[in-house]
This record gives sequence, C-alpha cells and structure tokens, in this order.
Amino acid sequence: MSVVTATLPADPGPDEQEIRSRTGRFVSLRRVRGMGIFLIGLAVIMVLPFGLKVPSNLSAIFTLSEPPSITVPNLVQPVRATSIGLAIACAIVGVILITRKSSRGSYLIFSFGTLLFLWSFLVWVGRGTSLNFVSLLAETVIYSTPIIYGSLSGVLCERSGVINIAIEGQFLAGAFLASLVASATGDVWLGALCGAAAGALFGALLAFLSLRYGADQIIVGVLIDAFALGLTNFLLQEIFTDHPNLNSPPVFTDIAIPGLSKIPVLGPALFDQNAIVYGAAILLVVIHLALFRTRWGLRVRAVGEHPTAASTVGIHVLQIRYTNVILGGVVAGLGGAAFTIGSYGQFTSNMTAGLGFVALAAMIFGRWRPFGGLGAALLFGFSISLVSFIGVLGVNIPSPLLAMAPYLITIAVVAGLVGRVRPPGADGVPYKRE
Amino acid sequence: MRLELDGITKRFGSLVANDHVNLTVEPGEIHCLLGENGAGKSTLMNILFGLLHADSGEIRIDGAPVTFADPGEAIRDGIGMVHQHFMLVPVFTVAENVALGFEPTRRFGWLDRRSARAQVRKLSTEFGLEVNPDAVVETLPVGVQQRVEILKALHRDARLLILDEPTAVLTPQETEALFHIMRSLKASGRSILFITHKLKEVLSVADRITVMRLGRVVGSTAPAQTDEEALATMMVGRNVELVITKPPGHPAGTVLQLEHLTVSDERGVTVVEDVDLEIRAGEIVALAGVQGNGQTELAEAVVGLRPVRSGSLRLAGVDLTHTSVRQRIHDGLADIPEDRQLDGLVLSLSIAENLILDQYDVAPFAHLGVRNLSAMRANGDRALNEFDIRAVNENVPVGTLSGGNQQKVVVARELARRVKALIASQPTRGLDVGSIEYVHRRIVEARDDGAAVLIISSELDEVLALGDRVAVMYRGRIVGIVDPGVGRETIGLMMAGGGTPSAGNEGVTEHVGVSAGEEP
Amino acid sequence: MTTEPIAAPAPAEDVTLPVLTVDGRGGNGDGRGGGGGRDGSTGEVPLYKRLLNRLVEANPTVVTILSIFTALIFGGILIDVTSGTVVHALSHIGSHPGRALSLTCTTVLDAYGAIFSGSVLSPTALGHAISTGQGWTGVFNPLSETCVAATPLILAGVGVAIGFRTGVFNIGAQGQLIAGSIVALYVGFAVHLPIGIHLPLVILAGAAGGAAAGLIPGILKARTGAHEVIVTIMLNYVFLNLLNYILGGAPFQLPGQTNEISQKMLSTARMPHLFGSTLRVNLSFVIAIAMAALASWFMNRSTLGFSFKVSGANANAARTAGMSSSKVTILVFAISGLFAGMAGMATLAGTNFFLSSGYGGTIGFNAITVALLGRNKPWGVVWASMLFAMLDVGGATMQVRTGITLDLTSVIQATIIFFIATPMLVREIYRLRSTGQGALQLFTKGWSG
Repeated sequence: MSVVTATLPADPGPDEQEIRSRTGRFVSLRRVRGMGIFLIGLAVIMVLPFGLKVPSNLSAIFTLSEPPSITVPNLVQPVRATSIGLAIACAIVGVILITRKSSRGSYLIFSFGTLLFLWSFLVWVGRGTSLNFVSLLAETVIYSTPIIYGSLSGVLCERSGVINIAIEGQFLAGAFLASLVASATGDVWLGALCGAAAGALFGALLAFLSLRYGADQIIVGVLIDAFALGLTNFLLQEIFTDHPNLNSPPVFTDIAIPGLSKIPVLGPALFDQNAIVYGAAILLVVIHLALFRTRWGLRVRAVGEHPTAASTVGIHVLQIRYTNVILGGVVAGLGGAAFTIGSYGQFTSNMTAGLGFVALAAMIFGRWRPFGGLGAALLFGFSISLVSFIGVLGVNIPSPLLAMAPYLITIAVVAGLVGRVRPPGADGVPYKRE
Repeated sequence: MRLELDGITKRFGSLVANDHVNLTVEPGEIHCLLGENGAGKSTLMNILFGLLHADSGEIRIDGAPVTFADPGEAIRDGIGMVHQHFMLVPVFTVAENVALGFEPTRRFGWLDRRSARAQVRKLSTEFGLEVNPDAVVETLPVGVQQRVEILKALHRDARLLILDEPTAVLTPQETEALFHIMRSLKASGRSILFITHKLKEVLSVADRITVMRLGRVVGSTAPAQTDEEALATMMVGRNVELVITKPPGHPAGTVLQLEHLTVSDERGVTVVEDVDLEIRAGEIVALAGVQGNGQTELAEAVVGLRPVRSGSLRLAGVDLTHTSVRQRIHDGLADIPEDRQLDGLVLSLSIAENLILDQYDVAPFAHLGVRNLSAMRANGDRALNEFDIRAVNENVPVGTLSGGNQQKVVVARELARRVKALIASQPTRGLDVGSIEYVHRRIVEARDDGAAVLIISSELDEVLALGDRVAVMYRGRIVGIVDPGVGRETIGLMMAGGGTPSAGNEGVTEHVGVSAGEEP
Repeated sequence: MTTEPIAAPAPAEDVTLPVLTVDGRGGNGDGRGGGGGRDGSTGEVPLYKRLLNRLVEANPTVVTILSIFTALIFGGILIDVTSGTVVHALSHIGSHPGRALSLTCTTVLDAYGAIFSGSVLSPTALGHAISTGQGWTGVFNPLSETCVAATPLILAGVGVAIGFRTGVFNIGAQGQLIAGSIVALYVGFAVHLPIGIHLPLVILAGAAGGAAAGLIPGILKARTGAHEVIVTIMLNYVFLNLLNYILGGAPFQLPGQTNEISQKMLSTARMPHLFGSTLRVNLSFVIAIAMAALASWFMNRSTLGFSFKVSGANANAARTAGMSSSKVTILVFAISGLFAGMAGMATLAGTNFFLSSGYGGTIGFNAITVALLGRNKPWGVVWASMLFAMLDVGGATMQVRTGITLDLTSVIQATIIFFIATPMLVREIYRLRSTGQGALQLFTKGWSG
C-alpha cells in the first residue's frame, strides 16, 4: 500500500532479513492464541444466552430494503438455530487461530470472528420483532463520520510529529460555529466552512503554543479541550438561550447517488448520505494519496519520523508542522460540523461526548494510516448506533451499561495495540533548532 | 572548491565554543580537523552547514563571501555533510532518503519514484558505493547507511564533503574502505573535511591537518611533518602518555559467570546468542566489537534491564539470571551505563540525590520508608572530595556539571560501595583526556580491590589499554577471547567476523521467527 | 613538526569551559576573565535593584501572577463583547466616546467585583454587620463557601500533581472521584455505626474506591503500555455511566423515586461543621489541608515519593537504579486515584449527602488546572484551589447580579492555565528576562512511552 512497507528486493544478505522483522507489526503467537480462546468464549455466550435460553419458536426479522434501493425480501432468522450455527462458525475460527503457525493476518481472522458474534447479538436483540438492518447500517455510517474526520485530523498532525489531543475541542468548536453560522445565514455550506475555520483556529492555537513556545503538546491539547468546552458552554448560555433561532441550523440533505443507491442494503447506507459523509470519503482518498504518493507527503513523513534529518536537507520542519496541525484543525472542525449540520441539527452542551478521543484510538488502531482508521471508526460508529437502536427496541439491558460500550472498546483497542504498533518516530517530540 | 573560514566566533552564553577560527580547505584536498571532544569541531561544522550561525567571522567559497541561513543554502552552494549520527529516515527506502528535499516530481508534486531509483543506481556505480535503492534504511548495516549518507551528499552535487567522526561506527576494515572512497572522491576534484579525534587515521589519510583545542585553532601541519605524540600534545595542550601503564592484575576465582546466555530484543529477534564468559576477581575483561553487535544488550541483560531468554548468569556462585535489577545491585553488581544522561543520572536532581539513586531506600539513607536527608548530604560531601567532582556543593543539580564531572558522579555512586563485579559501558565516551585518565584509573583500582570488571567499548584504544583479556563480539556471539597483546590488526579482523578459530559464521538469523510475526 | 598558532595570542587556558559552570548565579568570577563582560558586578548590587531585577525576570511567581492578570483581561474582553449594552455603546463610540469607554470598564469591574464579594468579602455585608452588629454569618459565608468549593479541588488537584511529578498524566480524576463517592455513599447509608467509627470508615471507603479506580489505568499502562490520557478519559465516561446505572435502581436509588437520585448519607456519616451550622465549611476542608501536608511530606521525605520523583524526571535512570517502573506506575495511579476518591467523598459527606447524575461536575478537569497552576507542589495546589474556588463561588454571585453566565469563570480558568503552561509566551508578552527557571517542568510521553 504505502512506501513504508514497500516490498523489498531479493538481494539483501541474511542479516537484513533478520532485522526486517523488527519493522513490521509485531504479533506474538501467544497473543494469537489468546484471540482464539477469546472467540471460543464468545461462542459459548452465543450458544447459551443467545441460543438455548431463547424459546425455540422465536424469529428475528431483519428489514433489508429501504428507499431508494430496490426491494428485497426481509431476512427471517430463527433465533436459536441461527445463534448456534454462528456459534459453531465462531468456535471454528477460534480453533483456526489457536492452531496457527504464523501470526500473519491474524487480526483479519479475529475481526471476522467478532463480526459473527455481533451478528448473533443482533439476532438475539431482534428476537420476536423486526429490526431495520438498513437503517442500522446507515446510522453507523452517520455516527462514524465525525470519527473518520477526527482520525484523519490525527493522521495529519501526528504524521508530521505533533500529537493532537485537542481533536475533541476542535470538534466542539466546529460543531458550535457551524450551527451558529448555518442558523444565521441559512447556508449549510457556509456553516461547514466556518466550522472548519473554528477547528483551524484551535489547531493554530495548538501549533502556536507547542511549536513556537515549546509547551507540552499533550497538556496544551487537553487544555484546548477544556477551554473549548468552557467557551462553547459560555456562548451556548449567552447566545443560544436568548436566541434559540440561532441554534436551529438547516442540515445537509441526503443526495442519492444514481445507480449505486439502488443497491440493496448497502445502497441506502453508503450512497444515500449527505455531503459531509461523502466529504469524509473523499478526504480519506485525498489524504492517503497525498501522504504516500506526493513530494509533500514524503516531506511530511520525514518531518514526523526524523525532523533533524529533514532539516539537514533544507526542509523547514516547523513550517510543515504548522501547516499540518492547522490542516488537522480544519479536518477536525469539519468533523465537528458533522455533529450539528451533518445530522443532529442543534448544538448541545458537550455534545461530542469524548468522541474526539475515540477518534484518536481509531487512528492508533489504523496505525497512523487514513484507511487503517476507517475500520475502527466504523466499529465505534456501529456500537453507538446499536446503543440507540437497542434503546428503541426496548431490550432489557440498562442503557447506561450499553452507553459504556464505545468507551470500553476504545480502552481495549488502546491497551491491546499501543506498544505493539509503531507511531511516527518523532511523534510528540518537540523540535528545536539548536 | 576552495573554502575559507575567517575568524569564526560562536558563543553559547559565557562559553566560547569557537574563538576566531581560521581554516582553509584547498580544492581536491583531504583536510583533517583534529580535536578532543568539546574542542569546538562540531560547532564549527554546524556553522559551516548552516545549522548554527556565527556571532562573527566570514565564510568564503572560491573567494566569494557566503552566508547560510539554513542547511538548504549550504547544500545549494555545494557543501555536503555526513553527520556523526546519520541523518537518515529509518523507515524510508534508500532512494527516498537520497531524494528527500530534492525529489524528482511529475505534475502536481507527484513523486517520480522510478527516476529517484535510477539516480541512486547511477551514482552508486559511478563512485563504487554499492547499495540497493529499494532497501529500507533501518534494515541496513551501519557501514551501508554511511554509504547512503555519502550518496545523499553526492546527489546534491556536493563539491566539499564534511565527514563528522565517520569512523566511530566502523571496523578497521570498513574504515579502510571508507578511506578508499575518500581518495576516489578527492581524485574527482572534491574537497573533503574530515573530522576526527583518532590520531592514526589522521596520519594515514590527511593531506593537511588542523588541530583545535578549547574552541581555537592551535596549529596546522601535514602528516609528513608530524607524528602521533606531537599531534596528541597539540590536541590536549600538554604531554600525554598515549599508553596507559597499568600494573598486571592478580586474578583470583571466577566471580561473574555467563553460560549459554541468549537474549532477544523487544521484537523477539535474537541479539545475543549463546555467550559463555567468565570474569575473575581482580581481572578486567574488555568486550570489543563494532556498535550494534549485541554488546549493549549483553550489558543490559547482565545488569537486569533486559530479560534473559536462555542460559544463566552467576555472580559469585549466586544465580542472578531472573532476578531484578534491585536484587543484583544488592548482591554487589555495579553498572556504569552507556549513556550517563539517559540512563545514569537524573539531571534535575542534586549531586547528593544522584549519588544515592540506587541506595535511597536502605540504611543509612532511609529508615522504615523515611529518607534521612542529612546522611545523604554527608555522603555527597564526602564523594565530592573523594572523587574530585568539581562543584560548589553537593546540592547543585547534576545537570549543571560538565560531562566529565557527571561521569565522575556515576563512577562515585557505583564504586562507593564494595562491588563484586562492575559493568562499564563506554565509560569514557565524550570525555576530555583528563577525565578519561581519571575514570580509567578508578576502574583499574576497582579491579585491584578485587572486583571482576567487564568493559564494553567501541574504542579499540580503550579496549587494548584496559583489558587484561579481550573478548570480541560479532553478530551477537563472542567470536574469540584473546590477549590484548595480539595487536590491533587481529582484533580488528575478529570484529569484522573473520580470522578466528571459533568464529561461528552462521550468524543469528535462524532464530528470527521464534515468536516474531512478519509483514512485508 | 611545525606548529603555527594562527589564532589570537592569548593562552588557550583562559577560555571558559563548561567545567566550572556550576557556580550558579552571581558566580565568584574566578578564572572567568575570558568570558568577558560579566566580571565583578555581582555582590554589591543594592537590595532595591535586586528586587527590581527579580520583578522583570521570568521567575515562576511573576509568571503566575502575570498569567492570572492576562487571563482576567481576556475575560474582561469576553464580557464586553458578549454584552449587548457595551457593544451598542461601542458602536456609537464616535458620538459618545466617554460613555462607551466607561461602560466598557464598569461592566467588567462590576462583574469582577461581584466575584470578589461573592467569594471573599462583601463590603456592604461587612458595613451592615458592623453598623447593626448582626448578620455576621453573611459576612463569613462567602469565605466559608469558597473553602467548601476548594476542598475537592485541593484533594483531586494534589492527586493529579503527584501524577505529574511522577511523569504520568491522570485525567481520570473525574471517574476516580465518582468511584470513591459511590463506595463512600454505600458505607454511608447501608452501614449503621456510631459516628466515631462510621465517619472514618466513610473516609476510608472513599479513598479505597478512588484508589481502586486509579489502579485500572495504572495496571493497563504498566502491563500493556496503554497511554493513560486516552484510558483515563474513556474511564471517566464509563464511571459517569456507571453512576447513572446504579442510580437507576436498588440499593442506591432513593426509595420511591424514579429520578436518578441516591439515598442520603446517615447523620453519623456526615462531616461535622467547623463554625456552627449556618456556615457550611466543615471537617473535610481540614482533611484536605492535612492531606496536602501529607503529600508534601510524602514527596520530599518518603522513599516511595523519592522513587516517584526520580521516575518522573528520568524513567530510564530510575530503572537502571533498580526502581521498578511498573510498580511506580501502578502505585502512583492508585495514590492519585485515592486523592480523587477522597475528593468525591469530601463533598458527599461534607455538604451534598447524596449522589445524582453528573455528580462532581468539572472537578476532574479543574484538578488538572489547579495542579498546573500550583506547579505540581501540594501547597501550590492549595492556594490555586482557593483561587479557582473563589472564581467558581463568586461566579455564581456574578451570574445573579450581572446576568453574565457562570461559564465565564471556566473560560478564565482555562486561559490562566494556557499561560502557565506556556511561560515563554508570558515572558514575551511582558518582555521579561529569561532565567531558565520560569519554565514549568512539564512533559508527557508520546504513545509508546
């Protein structure tokens, strides 16, 4: 995919072979076995509470069609049989992992196993009723969107060597200003632009304090988060309480892509969304290509890996870091706009609820690559939309416990991966010319 | 290119790093800049390369005055620099590193990787610098990385090449190869400014020698007109004995015993393999080898900072293989770490606190978890005198001391208690001659007090001067243990993995996959 | 051999070398001739000049004071630009310049005056009390309220400060505080004991709950290297939801309630008031001060505190000296969490007596800011907490009197901390001389640290 892991030529001697294994993602076989055992544990849950405890005559109906896609029949699944079937499949995947000799691709196999579990969970949740699977997916995409923006913002900053903990604050600022401007002008595009500008402003503050004045990046980032929270609350009280009309922006309307949106299930979820969602997809591709295929990207990565080396060939390290941190702010600000004019249509206090940090976890999970973070962002988005779905279905799980899910997943991701994935060499290290 | 430095002066606060330095490099000349650590050589080169700015003075290229705001401008004017610490991006390929900053592009800044690769190939054939353009730099041996650095400079069409201590990481044989390259560059009309503190190298390769001391040029000469002693005297400012005289040791029974010791790095790659080594009380064993052949990891394993994968480690008969650092210190193991500022000292804490860093919770410095500050200060005061640490008092932060005095604090801490074994890694790196002599004397004294001493050093001179026996490491294995009397040539060959009876040539590769997951 | 000295004729030995740089400020001047320009001027500097010098230096105290000053100015600007009347007056500044300017100032001064009288001393209340001899409670009430508000800040702030000194960034005070108060609450309403045993038990329960919650990020960091910033923030949301969950049913929910409100603490589990029942200041304030003193002693005199300090300043050196980094990481989080748990307990047993959704508010974040403002020293945290409590308590008065929202104070607080964390910026704004000691020794580690 990228140059970093480009295939190596055949000629290096044996010792080069040896050292190369140090550079790849390191997964020990013990860990792979652990994943396998975990999956078998999941299979047990799938057999017992999801399967045998459910009356044998219950079925779960998944609605698979929604306009504008062509109509397909609903998926009717007998709960007990489906659960047990999926459990067996999951257990087999677990056994495959345990008996593997090489750890390559283990994460992919593991992800497949967890998907089986999620499927089984959905069937259990939807037992005796019908569940709109298409809108669950569509919601997943909508909830994932700000996380994708956030992780792209993180990629831009950290590839140049600056840790951006301020994404949460940039989200809030973007969400607030987008709502205000879109309400005042009635123009969503202007709102998005101002949301991006708000993010850029806080990006500039982070860059200014940490690059010019040598303040600690993480501390400044946390302070920006606190500051943005305080400031948006203050302005929320001062402005929106008296002028509620300034906090009721229009939202981006969905645009169905001709043809593609007709695909059953995926069509309405992926190709009947609004401009902010499409924007995330476009940015993903653009940032990926720019980082790994252009001169700009090569220099950015050099600055993030070894700034002194970059400066000795005449690259202006701080200039690149300033640019990237501010660009990161722009992207995070757009992500913030997705909260208000992208979906909800109103700014509320602390409405980002820690998703800025979730986005950072997605970025880490994706190993500082644009597309890598996508999978994690979708997983987080899915868990959030599932929580709201379960609330609607009235399943007997207390909603506060369900609400913990995205946060617990984030902790698991961070605990499971950090230290095993390699951040850019100079990530978070202040750069000073002597 | 004819380069003239005229009256270059640079101050850092009250320290004058360069004091009216004058230097002229003629076209097609190999010019050696010789000086001790801290003589101001690196400062001068950083000014020349645009990384620092002189307070006064002038740089002239072919007679025309120039100023460099940043390295980019220096490069534009034909100056190339091979830094002591390579300026290569480890995760980039050779071609990417060479191209960086001067990338061939197509439209929209799109990288032209094919032509970047072609340029590397062309240059490497032209100058005999063999290297694969697609290899990822961090997978290459240091010698090859250095070639990449030189290629970088040539790619930018450097007419003057600065080589900053280029031989520090090379074997004697690789050094010879480098000298060969330097001569061929010279033949192509390029000038070379070669910075070093090694006298032998200067005499063998230089056309002209300039000696710096304490920020000033103290003299200029040519190899034919001088010898090692004279150069050393100029460099240090007084007569130095190049050969340290140490009385023969009186080794007793084995104290430190390593059996089949095997150690992995963080990613599970074997870096020390099947090492057997016995060190007796009253004996110094010097571990020689080019950097990166497992010496660091071996030392870390012995002091307990790195887990041992297999094999055993005994100190005076007690098995320490899987004990904690703390336990080993308690059992009488002392450690002078490789990087004193990184691992040995807490720069913001006082001298007194640093002196008890490994004793802070035992009597007399603590009782029942409460520290005894007066005992700590008394200990500090005593050490200042005993170890000749130049400081106002024991309460000043260690960070304010010079490198030599900082190292003395480390030595004082480690040797203050009775030790059974001492591990000293690069104990004199970056020190001035006076401090080097002092540290060496202390280490020999520790030996004569009955300690088993293991010295790890990449300086062959130090190895030969201190070792009662010399063990040579190559690719994680000890390839031979010899008497220092066998001479530099033999040991140099062993460091390159050849010329010994026991040299295992299978390397360490077979054990790679034990637990390592690979990815292309 | 030919030696041609090209350089200046002075003997090289005169050149200043770093060897003797230890003689600190006002060095004794020996052998420093070569350095030039500095000789002989120290020692006889008159006192007033030295004081003046200290004022234009960027020493920590000056930086702190200027940070607060600058933040108050920023807050003032914010008050003005969000005030309709001021903006209106300013738009007519051409025709009525005097009115515009005076309104600009009075609006801000009114707001800040309200903060002061609401949190320290109200001159009108004092005058009233002196003239009538009554209403003394009203005179001391603001101060009492400030102490009450400062109590949890001191405790949680000291916990965060200990973390900073050890090189870990605990943003999880919020969650640890909730964990501590849940445990304390349970002991407080479910156990029946005489006050002499019950209250200490409640205190211990709060501490234990917080410490247990602190162990989670500690263990995760020590065992897996998970960065504490993300883990602790995520745990804050987890504990927030956990609180909502337990408030939703037995045994914690107040019987007969559908709202998320807990049972009340028994009277034996409540902190006694210090100055009679009309002033809310209570024993927990004393406990907070005592804990700050204990923390100060701990960092300076205990061996564990020393190992914390060494690990924070140089983790590698700590490891080389035989200190166990995972032990330090786990213990420092436990201790940091213990303080946060006590903070939750203090408000619960001191003034609140029950838990509700969102308990603790923004104390978790404010704990970070007071730790930074107090330069990570326990006594520094105490006065920083008092200052922030003044802003919080007085902010409420300001909101009532002037209609400016209380959230202004959190903006001012955050601004203060921006400047504290960036001493170089303050130095540049006020053209202070660098001393090298203005810098707050603060650094966090990247993802793999």
